[in-house]
Amino acid sequence: MSTAAAIVLFVGIVAYALFGGADFGAGFWDLVAGGTKGGARPRALIDHAIAPVWEANHVWLIFCFVVLWTCFPEAYASITLTLFVPLTLAAFGIVLRGAGFAFRKAVLRTSSRRNFGAAFAVSSVVVPYCFGAVVGGIASGRVPAGGEAGDPVSSWVNPTSILGGVLAVVVASYLAANYLVWDARRMSDHDMAAYFRRRALGAAVVAGVVAIAGIFVLRADARYVFDGLTSRALPLVIASIGAGAVALLFLWRGAPRGTRVLAAGAVASMVLAWGVAQWDYMLPESLTVSQAAAPSGTIGAVLVAVGIAAVLIGPGFVLLYTLDQRGALPEEGVDAGT
Amino acid sequence: VFDAALLAVDPVPWARAQMAFTLACHIILVPLGVSWAAMTLIANYRGLRRGDRDALELAQRWSKYMAVTFAVGAVSGTVLTFEFGLLWPRFMGRWGDAFGIPFAFEGIFFFMEAIFISIYIFGWRRLRPWAHFWSGVPIVLAGILGSASVVAANAWMNSPSGFTLNQAGEIVKVDPLAVIFNDSMPLQAAHMILAAYVVGGFLVASVYAVGMLRGRRDRYHRVGFIIAFTVAAIAMPIQMGVGDSLARWVYNNQPIKFAAIELVPTTSSDVPETILGRLNDDGTVSGGIPIPGLASWLSDPSTGTATVIKGLDSFPTGERPTIRQVNIVHLAWDAMVGLGTLLLLLSIWYGASWLFRRDMPKSKLFLRIAAASGVLAVITMEAGWVVTEVGRQPWIVYKHMKVEHAATGNTGVWITFLVVAALYVGVGTTTILVLRGMSRRFRAGREEEAVPYGPRDAVKAPEPAER
Repeated sequence: MSTAAAIVLFVGIVAYALFGGADFGAGFWDLVAGGTKGGARPRALIDHAIAPVWEANHVWLIFCFVVLWTCFPEAYASITLTLFVPLTLAAFGIVLRGAGFAFRKAVLRTSSRRNFGAAFAVSSVVVPYCFGAVVGGIASGRVPAGGEAGDPVSSWVNPTSILGGVLAVVVASYLAANYLVWDARRMSDHDMAAYFRRRALGAAVVAGVVAIAGIFVLRADARYVFDGLTSRALPLVIASIGAGAVALLFLWRGAPRGTRVLAAGAVASMVLAWGVAQWDYMLPESLTVSQAAAPSGTIGAVLVAVGIAAVLIGPGFVLLYTLDQRGALPEEGVDAGT
Repeated sequence: VFDAALLAVDPVPWARAQMAFTLACHIILVPLGVSWAAMTLIANYRGLRRGDRDALELAQRWSKYMAVTFAVGAVSGTVLTFEFGLLWPRFMGRWGDAFGIPFAFEGIFFFMEAIFISIYIFGWRRLRPWAHFWSGVPIVLAGILGSASVVAANAWMNSPSGFTLNQAGEIVKVDPLAVIFNDSMPLQAAHMILAAYVVGGFLVASVYAVGMLRGRRDRYHRVGFIIAFTVAAIAMPIQMGVGDSLARWVYNNQPIKFAAIELVPTTSSDVPETILGRLNDDGTVSGGIPIPGLASWLSDPSTGTATVIKGLDSFPTGERPTIRQVNIVHLAWDAMVGLGTLLLLLSIWYGASWLFRRDMPKSKLFLRIAAASGVLAVITMEAGWVVTEVGRQPWIVYKHMKVEHAATGNTGVWITFLVVAALYVGVGTTTILVLRGMSRRFRAGREEEAVPYGPRDAVKAPEPAER
């Protein structure tokens, strides 16, 4: 039963990485798009791409928190006590990002657009870094069991956390660039498609380099997860590398189909590989999933809620995405019919 | 000398302050999220059924404002999710497996709301009119069920149930239904959902009342005012009834809180209803206007003034609110009941005018009070929330865990509180400015605006990113 809850938790984490990650990544490209004039076109495309569904994506984060604190309360207490700083920074970043994005569309003056845009873009980088650092702190066994606080600094300023943070930013940017190529093609904007294709290629190469460097970092700093990645989770690691390599090839040759799905597949299998690698620990080498689990009544209730969600929300989510992908949703929204 | 000890401050009061501050802000956005969709759909329905162009235009604009308030509300809700862990890790660690359950269900409704708000807002020109109308209905249902779920969690803190503890005080067995449908949940949830409709209705109506006072007495403003105000005016009397039942529930189940509400230092019968006034450190009550016997009579009309109300001194000092907290609870209670009564009278005035004159009241005085009703309703709701939360002190889980044992040990909370406060003031101010800017632009561009459900080419080209 606790295994089922852990799987549900990981489905949430993967979904947040894919959907939220793409949103954060789009913010990264917004940040590096250049000056007001030069960056206008990529920024317009980014706005267009995120607008219809952007509020929906933090729902995955809330989902992960709820499953964590309900099904694994002891682990949740340990994590929030130990990793207080990066989690607080992430929360601040989310406020700034959401407000910045919404208000950038709703205000008219260039200078205020620039300020809100900057808040949106900078926090789009800070938040995924913090989440990556949190994952690094957990994976390297720096969060103690028993609802106790670990070291407030070294738990998130350490080799594995830095690796996690950098990887999260790079991977989010890679995902977003892939999605944006697709969006640009759909709008028959060939300049922008080429613009983001170049960036997707660049991000893919950087992600590859960081991942290779990561092997050595994990071997030295997070041995349990490293051992897991090279044994239990090896098929997933290979799948991730394979999907990433094929996506790179497709991108290189400018193949219109499949890159987006392959890129998402590469990221999803990477996140899953982390989960399988630290199995069956919730907090590596101090708290296992079954030790951390809440009573069966609680987990049953959460699973029922997830089942209802799949039945009720699944169709709605599919409808929203279909409408969005068909271009049936014009960019109105908070744009307030200017 | 700037050393670490200087930065290390007792986190409990700061954690409390931060939670109170962020919740107090969030609770203002909640009514809009819960009830605005219903008002929008009423306008939408009217627009479609009767070909009322003003109503349709209102529905379209309201849905765009909704997008802004929902987005800000979603972000502030995300912050609260973080705070449960960051500020109250010991509470979540020990009680998460029970307290967390309602949130799993709230998650469903929040998801649903986010998805259908997106579909509804972006579907204005892309879906067939009635299909579009129906895409808004799930938002209304999700708002109601979502707030019922969140309030279930809060109610559980007031009347914890549905769990079995072992010798060490750890939860070993959980009955999810008993957690969600705890004793306090039905009335508390009803009270909050109605509050959402009361506050949302008065808030929206007050904007149009201001417009009318400034001379914009066209049909558009009238329809906007009438839809919103009618929703609030219908919810108001029901709310008074539910509030009365809830107070009696508190009398029967949370005598400590009730003693604070009614300012009762020692157990007695024939307790007066003291309006204002304060409890002194020596346990006496001074000031205020006592109405003889009324508190006793209201607590149980069947026994009248003979009804005995337990006093604060029947509980050990460590298990009841402090003198200062008692005074806060009592004052908040007076504010809630007083302003609630005022809003009820305003609703009756409005209802009577429709009944006898077949029209809304036209007088300046009515419009002036109506223009203030939004802010007054927000204050009323905040006061009610203060009564529930401060009245529960010192418990975070009633009779099971005290707030001071629930907080984080992290001594830097005062810094996060200051940052959060600054962020929220900034975001709040900007939200208001943005909403006003939107309204100004709506007014300026009223004639040229595309017809709702118009043909596709009526959509204007996307804005360039700069101007």
